[in-house]
Amino acid sequence: MKPKALVLLAHGTNRDHDVAEALTLAGAAPETVPLNLLRHERRRFDDYQMLVLPGGFSYADALGAGKLLAIDLQSYFSDQIQAFVASGKPVVGICNGFQALIKSGILPGKQSGPQPAATLTFNVSGRFECRWVTLKPTSSTCIWTRGLDDLIACPIAHGEGNFRAAEPARLGEQVALVYVAADGSPANGAYPANPNGSVLDIAGICNPSGNVLGLMPHPENHIHPWQNPLWTRGAGGHSGLPLFENGVRYATQL
Amino acid sequence: MPVYRFVIRFNRPDPRSAALLADARALGFRQLKLITCQDIYFIEGQLSLEECRQLALELLTDPIMQTADWSELPAGVVDPESGVVTIEVALRPGVTDPVADEIVRAAHELGFDGVQRAATGLRFLIEGLAEEQAHDLASRLLANPTIQYWTLGAVTPSFPTKAASSREVEHIPVRGLNDEGLLAVSGSRRAALDLAEMKVIQAYFQSEGRDPTDVEFETIAQTWSEHCVHKTFKALITVEGSDGQKYEVNSLFNTYIRAATEKIAAPWALSAFVDNAGIIDLDGENEVSFKVETHNHPSAIEPFGGANTGVGGVIRDVLGVSHKPVANTDVLCFGRQNASFDELPAGVLHPRRILSGVVAGVQDYGNKMGIPTVNGAILFDAGYAANPLVFCGTVGLSPRGLHVRTPRPGDRVVVLGGGTGRDGLRGATFSSMTMDARTGEVSGSSVQIGNPIVEKGLVDVILPARDRHLYTAITDCGAGGLSSAVGEMASKIGCEVELANVRLKYSGLAPWEIWLSEAQERMVLAVPPENLPALQELCALHNVDLMDIGEFTGSGRLVVCYGGEVVLDLDNDFLHHGIPQRRLRAVIGGSSSVIGRSVDRAPVADFPSVLLKLLAHPNIASKGSVIRIYDHEVQGGTVVKPLTGVQMDAPSDACVLRPLGVRGQAGIAIANGINPEYGKRDPYHMAMAVVDEAIRNLVAVGANPARIALLDNFCWGDPLRPETLGTLVEAARGCHDAALLFGAPFISGKDSLNNEYLGADGQRHAIPPTLLISSIGVMSDVTRATTMDLKAAGNLLYLVGAFAPTFGGSHFDLVAAVDDVAAEGSSSEAAPSLAPSTPQVYVAFHRAVTCGLVRSAHDLSEGGLAVAAAEMCIGGRLGLDLELPPGDPLRSLFGETTGCLLAEIHPTDALAFERQFADLPILCVGRVTDTSALKVSVNDDLLFTVPISDLVSAWNTPLQP
Repeated sequence: MKPKALVLLAHGTNRDHDVAEALTLAGAAPETVPLNLLRHERRRFDDYQMLVLPGGFSYADALGAGKLLAIDLQSYFSDQIQAFVASGKPVVGICNGFQALIKSGILPGKQSGPQPAATLTFNVSGRFECRWVTLKPTSSTCIWTRGLDDLIACPIAHGEGNFRAAEPARLGEQVALVYVAADGSPANGAYPANPNGSVLDIAGICNPSGNVLGLMPHPENHIHPWQNPLWTRGAGGHSGLPLFENGVRYATQL
Repeated sequence: MPVYRFVIRFNRPDPRSAALLADARALGFRQLKLITCQDIYFIEGQLSLEECRQLALELLTDPIMQTADWSELPAGVVDPESGVVTIEVALRPGVTDPVADEIVRAAHELGFDGVQRAATGLRFLIEGLAEEQAHDLASRLLANPTIQYWTLGAVTPSFPTKAASSREVEHIPVRGLNDEGLLAVSGSRRAALDLAEMKVIQAYFQSEGRDPTDVEFETIAQTWSEHCVHKTFKALITVEGSDGQKYEVNSLFNTYIRAATEKIAAPWALSAFVDNAGIIDLDGENEVSFKVETHNHPSAIEPFGGANTGVGGVIRDVLGVSHKPVANTDVLCFGRQNASFDELPAGVLHPRRILSGVVAGVQDYGNKMGIPTVNGAILFDAGYAANPLVFCGTVGLSPRGLHVRTPRPGDRVVVLGGGTGRDGLRGATFSSMTMDARTGEVSGSSVQIGNPIVEKGLVDVILPARDRHLYTAITDCGAGGLSSAVGEMASKIGCEVELANVRLKYSGLAPWEIWLSEAQERMVLAVPPENLPALQELCALHNVDLMDIGEFTGSGRLVVCYGGEVVLDLDNDFLHHGIPQRRLRAVIGGSSSVIGRSVDRAPVADFPSVLLKLLAHPNIASKGSVIRIYDHEVQGGTVVKPLTGVQMDAPSDACVLRPLGVRGQAGIAIANGINPEYGKRDPYHMAMAVVDEAIRNLVAVGANPARIALLDNFCWGDPLRPETLGTLVEAARGCHDAALLFGAPFISGKDSLNNEYLGADGQRHAIPPTLLISSIGVMSDVTRATTMDLKAAGNLLYLVGAFAPTFGGSHFDLVAAVDDVAAEGSSSEAAPSLAPSTPQVYVAFHRAVTCGLVRSAHDLSEGGLAVAAAEMCIGGRLGLDLELPPGDPLRSLFGETTGCLLAEIHPTDALAFERQFADLPILCVGRVTDTSALKVSVNDDLLFTVPISDLVSAWNTPLQP
């Protein structure tokens, strides 16, 4: 049985088709579900084995990217999502989905006080930017990145991807993906390998149990060889697909 | 009701403030030390101070990065420390404010039920400027009086008020007026109608035995505007040729544009000129649409909103043929970025500000809709200072044959999307007039503000509605608003509309304003009554408003009511076919007759410096800083990206897309051609050259030259001036001849005339004659696509096509004109003309691509052979030994030619490649090296060497220094 993946379509989500394609190639059965269907309980989170929050501009990024979608998640679906996460099912939030997971506190996942422990703010450049980056999977706790030893090349497309945390050094194994130079050497904060100024070159983090991943870059936009910007030069590999295959495999085994 | 004011500030230096500081200094505010930008939110409602605190923390701030202060108005605004001037900016009443709407919605979601209304503002703390200078800074950078107001110190917000219409209908007595009186009516209502047209209107109402209502008069003015009906392109023109011969052209459109398409009769061109966008077949299963629009006048007075809604409008054109938008294009023309305020016409925004606003507007709409912006161009010329050009294009995709076009009697007239305000009133007539220094004030209401997320909802509703056959016809609300959308849809069968059922954004709109408003993000559908519930359900799912405003009747009349009272009752035939044909006079100048006349040139010693200057010229230099703020990867179909090569920083000739959902390897290629420098010299050959360039760009990436369709967009000055119209006639003739030569049909086109500005100095400022040709080609296998970056040392470089470099209109002349590198610049030569063998060259080249022989390819355009070769080196970060063709090396290097490509071929494929060309012009001009330098020789003598790193840094010269 292919695991059913809930691809959440909020008001302004736009990379739903991209990630649905990646999930399909990875062996899942994605279903794009408008948020209002969940609100009216015509669909339930626990009907699905995976939860995917795609990229886009939910509510046009008003009051900060992901902020208003995070409020939706908290006010309408808090119990359902908590149960989904606690059950250990794989969850991934990409770009705007990551922003919503962070701003709702679902990531990093444990809070030391009333203040959220991390945020995603404006790129240091002050600009939205679309460019290809190289990612290094670093966490074996994270079920999405566990066992991935190849680098991932994929585009970023965001204006608010600068990861900031109260205590970034304590994230440890929760750091799932970091920006690196094309050859895999550390970016050390240097633009453009680290495209937005994120602390410790952090591109993606997971919750302490490792089933919830959030990341700014778009691995779903590098699942075919011809999407690689260097394919006409014979370059290959560094696909984003294995990350989705990992999640699907994990969901299948649950 | 109390109003609370929240000021949100960053805890640390923030990028937005840093960018403002840089912009302000570039605009000449050198004494400015620091500027800090803060957000202001005004919230009206019954709130406790604890609720204010929670609102600030939970809704209005990012607590890690920001802190908030709040207080009840009007008290408690603390004066900042000395030496700091505070400017606060708020939106004018009626200007769309999506953030304010979200604040109210989300506050209720969080349980703050006391929140009634919200408004947003901006606060700027300015250090280093006196108050007067701060006012200057506000008007030049921080605020736009067209949509905003500002004040020193605390600003008072303007809240949206409850919506109801005013019912007010005016009758305009036209029956008894003399000529002067008729023209006065046209002028006072900014209708842009001439005397002949006013007389036809007068006669119609005389025969009806009554005077028109304002609703009727405004509807006719919109429907008959240049923008909507293209009367210049349909006019009967008496042309005086350069040889003194006179002839008549009965409709430029029919004679040159449509005629070319009909003569070519391509079976794969599925829809040309009849729908909102042109449509071609992709692979037998799917079809592709393409439309390009301009939004010049709105972008001149409000760059962000103008460009933003330009993008939104053209996306709706593609939705109007029931297609999914899959790519955007943007071609932009601006004044020089380093212009001083003194040299600008009065009342004009600085070109820097126009550029940043326009680019941000394009970015905002395309990115938020999730449509990749994949192809474009940016050009600079002093002639665009007062009249920037903003061409926005959208490509759509659909399974074949799903678009429907025929409303039936009994179908409901349904509007989907946003509410209606005064946005964009008289936009169509506004864009048909010359602007003057007061245009910004008078036409303030013509400014539209976009809300891309609302339009995204329209896409989410319309595509499934199409698949479920819920509607029988669809069109977008563009210029003219409902009057134009409903009017066109009902033009064959008639309809009856009730304006009171149109949802308003705020109160006080008169019926004619509701009917004519160009509020964005609205589509009109004809929906059989039995399908309404299903459509309503789809809309609810995606937060889209549905308004049922009337019925298609079959009466052949357009009837509009307000509260049951008829306010418009017009015969469709009169409205859509009653406009008298314009008779115009055109004079063709003699400038185009000298072709290939050469002038003597002193030898130029410093070739490398000319090459580097050309690479750094803003028209040629990298547009990376703009391209990268557009998402060109979303939807996952971008096979050849706008920037390419080892470092992904070299310019692709065209974009190649393989949209998700297409089976197999078929895809589309998108490119453009534009050249105002040639346009100034010779509009006929300019048109030939830009059609060629648009096609050649596609051929370079591997598109099939037999499957290319074209779009034309003419931006010209005032066509009532015979010399200006003469250049338009010549350009249209050039389009026709070039399209026939290549067998590439036009499938869609637009014209934007009257791109002139009457300065406060009394001078007319017209743009250079500017023709944009956008091209779209089909590729049967995108994995055969070719990029322009050199691939490997040892490969050979070929020049194919009739190489005939000239200096007329060349960028060499532009570079030479600004200093004495070549004092003989500004030649009297003609612009390049097109060799008849060019189509065969492209066919041969395409055969070579199909056989897998071409490793990289690039077209020769601005800057000639030298710039093309240098760009290929930049792409591959590889060296090149370039051996110039025999002849004057300066001309070979920097002269410009049509019809030529450079191609990189592996030595073992050289023979096979040459064989494709038989008797066609082909020449081996070099070999790729790993020396990291471009070495140029002629007759085996080394002429010069430039390191690739120098080429890279010249090419990366910023557009806004």
